[in-house]
Amino acid sequence: MRAVGTHRRATDDPAWTKAVIIGVVMLFLALVLVLPLVAVFVEALRKGVGAALAAISNPDALAAVKLTLLTALIAVPFNAVFGLCAAWAIAKHDFPGKAFLITLIDLPFSVSPVVAGLIYVLVFGLQGWFGEWLLDHDLKIIFAVPGIVLATIFVTFPFVARELIPLMQEQGTSEEEAAVSMGAGGLTTFWRVTAPNVRWGLLYGVLLCNARAMGEFGAVSVVSGHIRGLTNTMPLHVEILYNEYDFVGAFAVAALLCLLAVVTLVLKTALEVAQPGVRGRGGH
Amino acid sequence: MTISIRSIEKKFGRYPALNKVDLEIADGELLALLGPSGSGKTTLLRTIAGLEFPDAGQVLFDGEDVTFASAAARRVGFVFQQYALFKHMTVAKNIAFGLDVRKGKDKPDKAEIARRVEALLKLVELEGLGKRYPSQLSGGQRQRVALSRALAVQPSVLLLDEPFGALDATVRKSLRKELRRVHDATGVTTIFVTHDQEEALELADRVAILNKGQIEQVGTPDQVHEEPETAFVCGFVGEANCFDGRVGDGRFSAGALQLPASGLRDGSATAYVRPHDFVLDDAGFEVRVDRAHVQGALTTVNATTLDGRPLEISASRAEAARFAGTVRISARKAHVYAA
Repeated sequence: MRAVGTHRRATDDPAWTKAVIIGVVMLFLALVLVLPLVAVFVEALRKGVGAALAAISNPDALAAVKLTLLTALIAVPFNAVFGLCAAWAIAKHDFPGKAFLITLIDLPFSVSPVVAGLIYVLVFGLQGWFGEWLLDHDLKIIFAVPGIVLATIFVTFPFVARELIPLMQEQGTSEEEAAVSMGAGGLTTFWRVTAPNVRWGLLYGVLLCNARAMGEFGAVSVVSGHIRGLTNTMPLHVEILYNEYDFVGAFAVAALLCLLAVVTLVLKTALEVAQPGVRGRGGH
Repeated sequence: MTISIRSIEKKFGRYPALNKVDLEIADGELLALLGPSGSGKTTLLRTIAGLEFPDAGQVLFDGEDVTFASAAARRVGFVFQQYALFKHMTVAKNIAFGLDVRKGKDKPDKAEIARRVEALLKLVELEGLGKRYPSQLSGGQRQRVALSRALAVQPSVLLLDEPFGALDATVRKSLRKELRRVHDATGVTTIFVTHDQEEALELADRVAILNKGQIEQVGTPDQVHEEPETAFVCGFVGEANCFDGRVGDGRFSAGALQLPASGLRDGSATAYVRPHDFVLDDAGFEVRVDRAHVQGALTTVNATTLDGRPLEISASRAEAARFAGTVRISARKAHVYAA
């Protein structure tokens, strides 16, 4: 008979199968994820820390960092609010066109970012639908900051909604009904019952949304115009430097971008540890 | 508070959940809505609560039309089947919620709320658990919290949806007594939904039996058990042997089983006989005893008529000894319904 302490479970596979599968996954991750990440930092530091720091503190690079942060600062709160509203409407209510709305939310994930950018050029560009009107009123959207923010919002808007919809659907509406039956109004019910129940999911969605908002390239590239120091975000700046054979500069900015992403992921992991079962938590 | 339900109709898509339902509930009454799943009992309860709104008909509270009044305006206490406690709030916060969300001078001060919470915890015998979270409580304790939370707003009517459905048999029994005690202590008009006839008969002053969106019968537990008005009620409430047969010349016959059926028109009919209404009778019909097993003070006898219909007889232990081989029995009471 087996000792109780070995924790053998019925679903356990033979040791060698486990070893092979885990090994393959690890190897794959090392090759596809870890190696490129290491390469970024190695390339950035090839000519020493000083050169890397100089590349980052270049005024154009600093402007790109500022623009990226500004874009995220506008796009993320907007999508957090929109995502929360959309998830609430979809998960807690029935209305005509609900299935259509769910599909629409997924659109930015399924459409190529380049196409997303082109849509904005088509609508707001000089030859676009509102082009002349915008020109007459001296409003610049394409090849300016508003276009970059709009494109980023478009590309990142499913993150929060997608995170919250299944969570809210699983929680059902009985807690809200209980609150309403005790005399709570709609807003009170939302703030005191619905929102606290999804706060971890919301934070998780916001982190993912932020990571993508800072890293978005395709859609932003189309609408930005690549004006150095004005409409260049960090990913665009990396590309420009790379195309100019300034490898240290390109990789230094890329490393900074990676660091931002890593910080986001560390925060996300910390969240999961602090709040076990944040993802797909079941009942109580 | 008296509640009047007047020809309420409600459809979900094309499926009629409630079909012209009328019901009067007296002040201070404890009423059970009993029926199989899909009978519309929960929909009716939610309509009374203001969580669903009917397609037609009226709901009156003390004669006042509240059909389309919000749940909040009706001052009802609602207890959900799955408790629906606020997971992120302590027990005390849960109970205080209804008082806490009030505005202006309606809102009691902090000390008053704390006092009320304490009193309610005491009422449901959960003193000292106010600081716990719902996840730290057992199912029975959670349901008690849900009950006291519903009572905290001093509702004019208490509504419970399958309140004991998710609990094991022992906890169920004790909570039933608890609900009766709380009802008697507060005197609040109470309506609860259940599919468990034993629960309905034991706990309620009156039982309303629903089937397919309609009320089949409303009466005291004794009335619905002893004088069922419809075949459905007879079959649903209590045990019954069912015989398909025919009525002719005021008599029902199904094989050897003959029963008086005056007032029923000729044609096919169904007769229900309770197991305890079969008695040994030399003038009766013959049955073959297959098996007898003891159930507490009573013995259940399984027998078959000579034309092959199985039936169940319930007898005292002393009497059961005489059920052996082939015996003659008759039904001292039966309910016959035209098909």
